[in-house]
This record gives sequence, C-alpha cells and structure tokens, in this order.
Amino acid sequence: MSLVQFLVLGALMFSFGVYGLLVRRNAVMVLLAIELMLNAVNLNLIAFEAALRTAFAGGQVFAIFVITVAAAEVGIGLAIVLLIFRNRRSANVDEMDLMRW
Amino acid sequence: MVHASNGGVLAQWAWLIVVAPFVAMLAIIAFGKRMPRKGGEIAVTAMGFVFVYSAVLLILNIANGVIFEHSVQVAQIGSFTIEWGWVVDGLSTMMYFVVGTLSFLVFTYATGYMKGDVRETWFFAAFSLFAGAMLVLVSAPNLVQLIVGWEGVGLASYLLIGHYWEEKENSSAGMKAFYTNKIADIGLIIGAIVLGTAVGSFRYSDILDAAANNLSSLAPVAVAGGVLLFIGAMGKSAQFPFHVWLPDAMAGPTPVSSLMHAATMVTAGVYLVARMYPLYAGMASDMRVLIVIIGAITLLIAGLLAIVQDDLKRVLAYSTVSQLGYMIAALGAGGYTAGLFHLWTHAFFKGLLFLTAGSIIHAVHSNNMSDMGGLRKKMPVTFWSFTSASLALVAIIPFAGFFSKDEILATLGNNGYAWAMWIGILGAFITAFYMGRAMFLTFFGTYKGEAHVHESPKVMTVPMAILAVASLIAGWVNIPGVYEGFHHWVTERAITFPSFSAEGFDVAVMLTGLGFAIFGVIVSYLIYFRDADTQQARDRVRIPVLWPLLENKYYLDDLYLAVLVNPIKGPIARAVNWTNSYLIDGIVNGAGIVARYAARIVYGGLDQKGIDLAINTAAIVTGSAGEQARRLQTGKVQHYAAMTVAGLALLVIAIVIFI
Amino acid sequence: MGGWFTEASNWWFLIIAAFIVVASFRVVTSGNVVHSALFLVASLAGTAGLFLMLGAQFVAWVLVLVYIGAVVVLFLFGIMITRAPTGPKVEADNPRKGFAATAATVTFAVMTYSSISAFGHTEVSKVGSGTATELIGNQLMGRFVLPFEVVSFVLLAALVGGIVLARQDTSDDIEEGGGQ
Repeated sequence: MSLVQFLVLGALMFSFGVYGLLVRRNAVMVLLAIELMLNAVNLNLIAFEAALRTAFAGGQVFAIFVITVAAAEVGIGLAIVLLIFRNRRSANVDEMDLMRW
Repeated sequence: MVHASNGGVLAQWAWLIVVAPFVAMLAIIAFGKRMPRKGGEIAVTAMGFVFVYSAVLLILNIANGVIFEHSVQVAQIGSFTIEWGWVVDGLSTMMYFVVGTLSFLVFTYATGYMKGDVRETWFFAAFSLFAGAMLVLVSAPNLVQLIVGWEGVGLASYLLIGHYWEEKENSSAGMKAFYTNKIADIGLIIGAIVLGTAVGSFRYSDILDAAANNLSSLAPVAVAGGVLLFIGAMGKSAQFPFHVWLPDAMAGPTPVSSLMHAATMVTAGVYLVARMYPLYAGMASDMRVLIVIIGAITLLIAGLLAIVQDDLKRVLAYSTVSQLGYMIAALGAGGYTAGLFHLWTHAFFKGLLFLTAGSIIHAVHSNNMSDMGGLRKKMPVTFWSFTSASLALVAIIPFAGFFSKDEILATLGNNGYAWAMWIGILGAFITAFYMGRAMFLTFFGTYKGEAHVHESPKVMTVPMAILAVASLIAGWVNIPGVYEGFHHWVTERAITFPSFSAEGFDVAVMLTGLGFAIFGVIVSYLIYFRDADTQQARDRVRIPVLWPLLENKYYLDDLYLAVLVNPIKGPIARAVNWTNSYLIDGIVNGAGIVARYAARIVYGGLDQKGIDLAINTAAIVTGSAGEQARRLQTGKVQHYAAMTVAGLALLVIAIVIFI
Repeated sequence: MGGWFTEASNWWFLIIAAFIVVASFRVVTSGNVVHSALFLVASLAGTAGLFLMLGAQFVAWVLVLVYIGAVVVLFLFGIMITRAPTGPKVEADNPRKGFAATAATVTFAVMTYSSISAFGHTEVSKVGSGTATELIGNQLMGRFVLPFEVVSFVLLAALVGGIVLARQDTSDDIEEGGGQ
C-alpha cells in the first residue's frame, strides 16, 4: 500500500468537512462536519505512523489525544448550542450574529 | 579775581544738587500719597538739602573763589560729542543759591498753601521736576544740556500752570505758555547748532574761548548765533513780543507763580545771556543794541499794563516782565554784574510779593483787588512783608531793589544808552505808581467781602518773613565803593572778562531814580488812598484812549490769535487733516485691505480647499474604508470559517508555487 | 500503477475507502440531521477499519468506543433537544454552496498535490501483528505523560463547563424558598 492513497482519502474527507462547515445552517450539522475533519486528521496521523514506524508510536498516541480533545469539544459545543436554542428557539447559525458590526 | 580753587570735594559732589530734586520727584510719586503732607515733606527736605549745599558752595566761592567743571561723554554723533556735566563757578553758585533758597522757602510755603488741594502729591512731584530741571539748566557746561534743562522747565511750567485744568482757561494758559516758549526756542536751538558747528563743540568753555580769541570759523556766525540765542532768551524771560504768556500763567497756583514765574524760571533767559556774555561783549557786540532796545520796550509797556489790572497777580506778573526788561537791557548795555545783581534781588522781593499775594488770595478766595481792602489789620505779617517787598521793588533806599536798579540805570547811562536810561527812570515812576495802587487797594480802606479773613498759618508766614528780611539786606552785598562782593562772586569764571566800564556810584542817576520813585508813590497815594474806602475813584484816572489800549494789552493777544493761531487752527490744520485722512490713512488702510484680501485667498483657497481638502479626504477615505471593512464582521461563525479557509488556501497555494 | 492492484490489501482499501467517501459525502449533504449523524457513524466505522489495516488496533477500538459510542450518542441527544417540535421545514444549506464547493475543491487539490509531490514513493506496510497496546500504554505514561495529564484537565474542564453551561438556573427557586 502506498502512503499517498491514505493521504488522498484523508484529504477528501477533510474537504467534505470544509464544505459542510461552510454550507450547513444547523449548528449541530456544522459540528458534525467538524467531527469529519477531525477524523480525517486521525487517518493522516495513523497513516504516517504506519509509514514511518517511529519507536514510540507517536502518531497513534497523538491520534488518541485528538480523539479525546474532540470529545471534549463536542461536549462544550453542544452545551453552547443548547443554551442558544433555549434562548432563541432556533439552532440556525445564520441567526446567531449578535457579535456583528 | 584771578586766583581760584577748583572747589575740591564739594565741587566734585555738586552733582548731588542737581540729582536731589529728581530723587525727590520719584520718591513723591512712589510714596507721596501715603504721607501726612502728601509728599510735601520729601520735596521740602530735598530743597533744604539743595539750599544748604548751595549755601556752602556760595561761601566757598566768597572765600576762595571756585572754578570747576566736569563733563561725561554721553553720546558721539559724527564729530560732535554730547556731554553731561556740571559747572561750579561764580555765576553757577549764585544761581544755585537763588534757586535753592527760593525753592526751599516756597516749597515750605506751598505745603501750607496747597493743603487739601485736589492733586497735592502731583503738584509736589511736578514742582520737584521743575526744580531739578532748573538746576540742570544752570549747572550745564554745554549748550545741549542747557537746552535739556530749558525744555524741562518749560514742561514743568506747562504742567503746573495747568494744575487746575478742570477750568478750560487754565489749560489754555498752560498751552499758551508752552507754545510761546516753543516758538522762541526755535531761535535757541538753531543758535546752539550754529555756534556749535562753527566752533566744533557745544561746550561753553570752547565757544567762549573761540569768541575771546576771535576764531575765524566763528566770525561769520557769531552775530547770528548771538541773535538766535537771544531770541530763545526772549521767550523764556518774557520779553516783547514773547511776553504774552506770563500774565496768563498766573492761572497756576501761587507758589508756582512765585518760584517759577518770578524768581527762577523766567530768569533763565537772563542767565543765558550772562553765561554767553563774552560772546556778546566781543564778537557779537553788534547786536547788543538790539538787546537793549528789546529790554527797554519791554520794561515800559509791561509797566503800563500793570497799572490797569484788577487781578493782583497780574499786576505782579507785568511787574515781573518789566523787571526782566531791566535785567536784559542792563546785560545788553554791558552791565554784566548789574543785570545779575538785579536778578538776585528781584528773586527775593518778587518771590515774596507773590507769596504775600497768595496769602491774601488764600484768605479772601479771590484774585481781584476789588474784592479786597482793609486787610492791613487782619493780616499783619502779610502786610509788612508786602510792604518790605514793595519798597524793594520800587527801589527805595536802603531796600534791596534800590542798589540793583540804581546800578542798572548807571550802566545804561554810562555806556551810551542814555535814552534807555530815561526810559528806565520813567519805568521807576510807573513801578512805584502801580505798586502803590496795589498796596492801597489791597490793604487800606475797609473790607467789603464776606470771607472770614485771618492771617495765614506759620508754615506760610515764616518764609514770608524770612524773605521780607532778605528784601532789605539782599542788596547790601554790592554797594559800589563800599563792598563789591557780588561783583566778585559772579565774575569768578573760567573766562577773562573784557574790561567793562565802571558801574560805579553815580549820585546823579541815583538821586533821579529815587526821586521819580518817590514821586510815583505820592501820586498813587493821592489817587488811591483817598478812595480806598469806596474804591470808586478808579474811573477818575481813566485816560480815554490809553486805558482801553492797556486793558486790551495793546491788542497783542488778538493780533497773535488772528495772525498765528487761527490760520494754523483753520486752513492749515484742515489741510493737514485732509492729507492725513485721505493720503496717509489711505495708504495705510489700503495696505490693510490688501493684506486682508491676501489672507482671504490664502485661507479660503489654499488652506480650506487645498490643505484641508487633502486632510479631510484622507480622513474620509480612512473612515469609509473602515466603514466597508467592518462589514466583514458579520457575527456569523460560518463566514469567519469561510474567510479562514479561503485565506489558508491562498496561502498554501502561494507557498507551494513559490517554494 | 498496475502493481498496485495486485496486492490484496489494496482491494480492501478500495472498498473501505469507497464506503467512507460515500458516507462522508452524505454527512454533509443530507437534509436530515439524524441522517447526517448516522452517516457520520458509518464514516467513523470505516475509518476504524482502515486503522486496523494499518496495525493501529488500540486506536481503532478507542475510536469505536469513544467516538461512535459516546460522541455520536451525545450528538443524537443534542439533536433531540434542539429540534424545534413544530415549525416550517428549514432548508438545511445556505446559499453559499458554490463558494463552499470551490473552497473544498481547492483545499483538496492543494493537499493532494502536496502529498503526492512529497510522499509519492513512500510505502506503508502492516508490520507483523501491528503495534502493541503495551507500547502505547508505556508511551502515554512515559514519554507523553505531560500531554496526557493536560488532556485530562481538558476533559475535566469540558465536563464541568458542560454542566455549568447546560444546567437550568435553579438559584431562583432557592431564594424564593428561603424568602418564605
């Protein structure tokens, strides 16, 4: 197996995530897109780890960290979305623009 | 006198005499208002110092003779040096003493007379200024300093005559004095310039040396210079035709009339001629006859005018003019000592006469003799002082005026001016007549006014008494043949005097003069004593043509007004005003308008449209750029994410392509 | 290139990769939120399979456990709470589709180009039985203990923060109770 195929796959997933981030109206859907991007990152890490075979498995350890942080981020993110939904009865990101000019 | 000392320390410090009154003036201006006598104490103290110092110098001159001169260079203009200094010689010490004594006594008198006056402090300041300027004048070793002092006393005279300037006629009198003096000063200044440039120096010693040595550069201008200087002297000493200011100057307070217009300031002209005597006696001797003529005319016409005056001070003013005529005539005829001797005695008795007049006016609150009468019993000190001074003026032996006037008459007669001598003798009659008239109308008869008349306070009567004694003894310093001290005092100078004719004891002249004087007293007694009660008899002596002429002062004032004043006031002043308003102001205003227009262009065009536009545009551009830029902050997270991604993509492409 | 298709593992890769691509695509283009979440599950599962292929067993199962088991469940809870019960059907995408597609395409192009030009000839292989879990454990507690602790703090903060953010404000009730 070539490394590039994994990287290309990761790039594809990542660009889907970018698309979703920019296009989705629902806050939760945006968070889902972000998860997709994080997943692509994990794939890249593990692929590089498999290619380079470092003595201390750095890529995998880092992938674990990424997963952990992603979990934390989702928790907080959803809590915020919840609060906004409570206040505004809507999870539409287009309407969350109080910090505008 | 040929031997002389240089005066030693006293002469070297003699400049203190000149400076003391100015210091007093400044002190009065600074502190006067707060003092109990409103600055009068300072003035009297300063004059006391001057009196004592001058007395010491006089004694020194009497004992040893003093000739001292010191000058300091003040400025250098081309080849001319302007100097400031002081002279201590016979003539100067005599003048210092006269100025010092009279000033001291009159200042003391003035502290009483001016008490409660509306501008007492200012009065003493101006009076001190006068005393200082007069001393500058008589201490000058050169013509330039003389002119400075001359103008200074003129200024002081103007200020003091117009002391009660709330009345228009008083300020007008001050202006009249100033203008008349100023016209005469043209002669003085041009004369000084002429002599100074001919000799190359303004110092008396240089000019008089040149005159004595018949310097060739001086020869063409000596007569002209002499005439011009004399014209200046005519103005200050109120000789015809410049005499018109002195009677009007009586508008000032009486101490001013006494000190300035009797004893000291008006004698400045006499002093000048005396100072320049070698010039007149030598190279300019051709114009001496002019001096005698002027002096003789003056003494006659002024004496006649004194007869018809109702204002007591005006009588005395015309009397002063007349006596000045005597002095001038004497100097013109070669009587150096005679003229100065009469100046000396005249200062004492005429100064006293004015003080007594002031005492009367102070008590009666009126200047006019028709408001007086019978004051002999009510104001004894004043009466006896007046009597003493009148006898001196009328020249009755042994009073002071007798000796000096007799000497003048002798000089005139013995030097070929017999016609002037007879005019002088006639003048003695006239003098006696008007003084007798004045005395009888003032002191005899009954007092018809309502004022509460009482004798003046001691501060006024004591100076009067002192001067009354002086009026008696002042003439005893130069009795020909017995004691000729005065003659020796005033000839103690740094020049050699050309030989002058004996001003000796001419019994014939003396008796004639005395006789005419006594005759005048008797005539006035006959006319005026009898009517002192009713004071109605004045109309009896009203000689038809002569009296109106006299009462209108020979129409001289009207002549001057029509010929000199009104043309200047009218057409000339209007023309000058037109030139000023339209031409000169036009130029100035035009410059202003151009400047304003230019400023408007710069402001409107350059500044507002140009510079401000640039700055404002910069600000607006920044503002609108920011205005547009802030729209980036939409508040929507997805927009931010989009921008981030776009930027990132561009960045990476750039890196990939270029690296 | 022809040699690539002769390896069996490449075929497996191709199948799983296709699965992942489809699932990812449906995550970002589905109109229903729940469908998006479930498609994400599929994508994550495919990724776990790839991890197994690459010999990272521990990470693969951690992915399944944590990501799919906890995170996506959390998502589903969030979806439930934030769904308006009744309301007009809202368009799931905003009108910026063109720009987003461009951005995504550019991103993909850049990344692909970079990867191929840099790592075009690198080979990956599954080594023996893969990486030992013991090795990862040793590294976590040894070389990477500091990041490990820090990440624990992050989790703690997220936990506490989540509770604080999401709880109902009960202080009013307490005060009211105290007042009476």
